[in-house]
Amino acid sequence: MIVEHLPALQVVIPLLAAPVIVLLRGGRAGWLIATLVSWAALGIAVALLIQVQSTGVISYAIGNWPPPWGIEYRVDAVNAFVLVLVSLIAAVVLPYARPSIAAEVPSDRHYLVYAMFVLCLCGLLGMAITGDAFNIFVFLEISSLSGYVLIALGRNRRALHAAFQYLIMGTIGATFYIIGVGLLYLMTGTLNLADMAARIADVGETRPVLAALAFITVGLSLKMALFPLHVWLPGAYSGAPTAVAAFMAGTATKVSLYVLMRFVFGIFGMRLDLSALPLLDMLAVLSAAAMIVASLVAVFERDLRRLLAYSSVAQIGYITLGLSLANAEGMTASVVHLFNHAIAKTALFMLVGGILLRAGSDRLDVLAGLARRMPLTCAAVVVAGLSLIGVPGTAGFITKWHLVLGAVQDGHWWMVAAIAASSLLAAAYVWRFVEMAYLRPDTTAKAGEVHMEAPLAWLVPALLMVAASVYFGLDTSWSLGSAREAAAVLMEGLR
Amino acid sequence: MSPQNQMLLAVLAPVLGAVGVALAHRKPDLREALSFVAAFVALACVLALAPGVMAGDRPELQLIEILPEVTLAFRLEPLGILFALVASVLWPISTLYSIGYMRGNDEDHQSRFFACFALAIACTLGIAFSANLLTLFLFYELLTLVTYPLVTHHQDDEARRAGRVYLGILMGSSLTLMLIAIVATWSMTGNIEFTPGGVLGSGISNAAIGGLLALFVFGIGKAAVMPVHRWLPAAMVAPTPVSALLHAVAVVKAGVFSVVKIVVYIFGVERIAGLSSVDWLPFITGFTIIAASVVALNSDNLKRRLAYSTISQLSYVVLAAALLTPLSVIGAALHIVTHAVGKITLFFAAGAIYTAAHKTNVSELDGIARRMPWTMAAFTIGALSLIGVPPAAGFFSKWYIVLGAAEGEHWVALAVLAASTLLNAAYFLPVIYAAYFRAPATEGHAHGEAPWPIVVAMAITATGVLALFFGMEFPLSLAKQLVALPS
Repeated sequence: MIVEHLPALQVVIPLLAAPVIVLLRGGRAGWLIATLVSWAALGIAVALLIQVQSTGVISYAIGNWPPPWGIEYRVDAVNAFVLVLVSLIAAVVLPYARPSIAAEVPSDRHYLVYAMFVLCLCGLLGMAITGDAFNIFVFLEISSLSGYVLIALGRNRRALHAAFQYLIMGTIGATFYIIGVGLLYLMTGTLNLADMAARIADVGETRPVLAALAFITVGLSLKMALFPLHVWLPGAYSGAPTAVAAFMAGTATKVSLYVLMRFVFGIFGMRLDLSALPLLDMLAVLSAAAMIVASLVAVFERDLRRLLAYSSVAQIGYITLGLSLANAEGMTASVVHLFNHAIAKTALFMLVGGILLRAGSDRLDVLAGLARRMPLTCAAVVVAGLSLIGVPGTAGFITKWHLVLGAVQDGHWWMVAAIAASSLLAAAYVWRFVEMAYLRPDTTAKAGEVHMEAPLAWLVPALLMVAASVYFGLDTSWSLGSAREAAAVLMEGLR
Repeated sequence: MSPQNQMLLAVLAPVLGAVGVALAHRKPDLREALSFVAAFVALACVLALAPGVMAGDRPELQLIEILPEVTLAFRLEPLGILFALVASVLWPISTLYSIGYMRGNDEDHQSRFFACFALAIACTLGIAFSANLLTLFLFYELLTLVTYPLVTHHQDDEARRAGRVYLGILMGSSLTLMLIAIVATWSMTGNIEFTPGGVLGSGISNAAIGGLLALFVFGIGKAAVMPVHRWLPAAMVAPTPVSALLHAVAVVKAGVFSVVKIVVYIFGVERIAGLSSVDWLPFITGFTIIAASVVALNSDNLKRRLAYSTISQLSYVVLAAALLTPLSVIGAALHIVTHAVGKITLFFAAGAIYTAAHKTNVSELDGIARRMPWTMAAFTIGALSLIGVPPAAGFFSKWYIVLGAAEGEHWVALAVLAASTLLNAAYFLPVIYAAYFRAPATEGHAHGEAPWPIVVAMAITATGVLALFFGMEFPLSLAKQLVALPS
């Protein structure tokens, strides 16, 4: 039966697609394969999520080697949600990628882009689906290495610098992670996450376990761009081709965040009394700093893509702040914000791609009066921006509600203040675009250039995502429902 | 049609109207006709709903469950229908006025103007119908967003600056303080539905109630209680119809309506009456009333004077609610109505003067009544209503607020009301005196009355001010239901 092999197919299909694309060497064929693969991945992920929600955890033994000896793919409410998120973003970005890559990357490298894209997708899906600590490292490297290549394919030389910076920091992060896993293996003798969670109870709060927690947390924080380890992110997002930026902004950091949730709550939480360690407090302080400092930087950024990238750093702060609360509401906020932020930010990067195409630049001062030339695009940027601010009626509000609720319940009023300050700063940076696009006279328009929206192939996927970020602000039964289940699973891991 | 559908249609009609306006942007006459159609459909729905509410119906409409156990929902009650009536009756009148004003002043972007105007009404009706704090909050924020293009209508430096103040204060206060207040209410009580008698149980400390009230009062920036009032004078850069309908009626009334609704249905008048932790509010609002009146007194710009007068009058409503006596709550509800009709007349008159004579300052109005008799007659009626002189409608609401203050033996509030009446007279009567009895300035171009739509709209609202004095029965009995509700 093919259905029982769905967990393996989730990863194997994109993995096999990559060499096929390279062998075919055609940009169009590569794109077609990549798109079909991403849609297949989305189908599989949705099927897995439905299966998990109806029948519970799925355990799949790779090569029929039973866990904990063999590699186990283990799908539960948490990572099924992440799988849907990652494959959904890929499935929406790829149709957009065809014209966007054609405009931004030399044509002889198109097949490389798509090959690396599916590899990156494979790595991210693998990180999410696997139940094996070392296997996570393998997929982390697959997604990272392909990610470095994708960023380096950006059209100007800054992309190379950004890719190199990301390479160095990403490698340090991956190394830290594997050191942590090594220490855990030393203490527990297993790499299977579920097994590790059971065995860690026997080793106690020993120094290697604490060191492993530190290494894994810092390593993953680098990959997920937790302030102040975020310095690679703005360069990477603004240097990469926009389709790549749109994909990575929605997925790459999110999967690392998921792995962190898994380790901190699913494994260490079993044994360590997290509230007695400074970990959660440190996470809370760094999250609040991210939310405020990165938003402030965004307010003063000159380029739209860098502005959005710093906004991402701030929004990642929301997610980790929810984690640091370690209560049901905070955890729900974190998980649902993985999704809510991904759709808004992916939409924004796709829209900026269209702006880059038409205006030739994403410098804010070049965009004066843009709303007259690109009314749809600008309106869509504003709506997605409202979700970043957290205006009611958008997906961002749902997150903020739970985050504030979680903080109020535990009496963390300083966090409430930080969330409030951060949403004000978000309003400030979104409104810089609004004032520029709507309230400044159009200085650059030449005669005959009255109206030039981005082509439909660019607009439609972006508008879909914008519509989604409104839809999931009103009808939250799926997004919030799934996130609640996931949060409940994570909370079980806490002592 | 069921009341549920009528509520939905009342909110949807302006939205569809806005879409129609946007689509018909090349055909101004069709566009304006669509505005009217939408306005009358919404008005018909609200009028059809009123008798039922009067008879005690509380129709309810659940739309979507946004958060677990919290739905986007409408539920009609006396205060809501009163506010909805004010907004929907005044909308067609100000549409008529806007057509005269926008065409008379040759304004740009008229389609955007009319579309946003209609959307603002939809949001206002959404606020009026809201069944819980989340629905109220959603439409409250949307109202800020759709009025932003109206405030920045002229798209120049001044408009941009005003837009920043407008958005910064309104969104800044609501996205922080109001959201926190709503979440805290939910966290403490597990209920944010508007419930007769309030939702606060007995287990909540007085200090927490005081803090919550402060978060709500200052979080609802649209109520313009000092120090969150600065957006209102800033918004006066907008075209006058915007100032008239939105910044004298819909937006500001949405603010004080929210405060009154929250005091009545979330806190519960009886629950918090006499608590020492909430007795600061009459003083803050009393200060706002006096301070804003003094600023109005010293403003030569007519619209600015009216704006500060609005700030002062809004605090009447909040003060009345804060006195927490049955009579004062009736006064608060009535004052929402009477001030709306009076102030829109005054703004209409200010816009008429600007359109016909291109004058914006009080000091330029000497003898203008000779050229614009209708305008100044309307202005006089509106001003008398605000001062509280019978037979203008403003007398009634003030009467109930004074009764409420006396009932609660709140002597400071009584003194504030007395002083403010004098101040009202002091900043309105000189305008009227100058217009009628001073000799007109010799230079200046010859002008007559403003275009006819402006004059007609103004005449209707001025008549309304007088008619309301004699027709107070209906709003009064609605307002009485507010406090007669079982608690």
